[in-house]
Amino acid sequence: MEFEFEVQGGDFSNAGQASSRIKKILKQLNVDPKTIKRTVVALYEGEVNIVAHAWKGKIKVDIETEKIKARLSDEGPGIANIDQAMRDGYSTASEEVREMGFGAGMGLSNMKKNSDEMEIHSEVSQGTTVMIVNYL
Amino acid sequence: MKIEEISEKIEGKVVCGEHRLGEEITCGFSSDLMSDVLTTGSEKLILITGLSNVQLIRTAEMSDISYIVMARGKKVSDEMLNLARENDMVLIETSYSMFRTSGVLFSAGIQPLF
Repeated sequence: MEFEFEVQGGDFSNAGQASSRIKKILKQLNVDPKTIKRTVVALYEGEVNIVAHAWKGKIKVDIETEKIKARLSDEGPGIANIDQAMRDGYSTASEEVREMGFGAGMGLSNMKKNSDEMEIHSEVSQGTTVMIVNYL
Repeated sequence: MKIEEISEKIEGKVVCGEHRLGEEITCGFSSDLMSDVLTTGSEKLILITGLSNVQLIRTAEMSDISYIVMARGKKVSDEMLNLARENDMVLIETSYSMFRTSGVLFSAGIQPLF
């Protein structure tokens, strides 16, 4: 099963809608609650990253019998140094984003902790793509 | 401890989820950091926060948190209320600070999550 969602940069009122939809779908499919939690936390962090940093993005989720694959791709500023961005506490989030309780520099590492496999590709001034896989 | 007792102890006002006042809470977590909140999760957990925005409710939804106290007089907006209702959450407003709310509940036997 494949699902695709559009995400708008800066649209914090709707940030999380894609993750929320996926959560409901995984519940309906009777996926193990721990796997649901890990998957939606990773997705949500990624979705918030797109809203906080990019101009726009897409989230594609593919639910197969043995795994959940998600691809979060955005058009945005990209990440110059991925190792640095992966480090806990490093953030380039704006003051506005921090006031909302985000931008603690935990997003990417939370995504990694909550996924079985994760890959990031990024090009400065072009955008970022994060792929995650969680096994069922 | 029942949600109703928790609300009384912190002189709170339940603004959403009144039908769940009889439910039992065992532990608490205080934070203003959404990524930190996402590392938690327990059905019996109450979140105490100084934040009040729609992302707080979304984050709680992702973390399977159903009970939230908004400290220091923070008000719940209509947008928050709608999302909280959709997810059947309990929202409590209190004029107590996060420190005081946490202290009162800790003294009353609510366990820390970590």
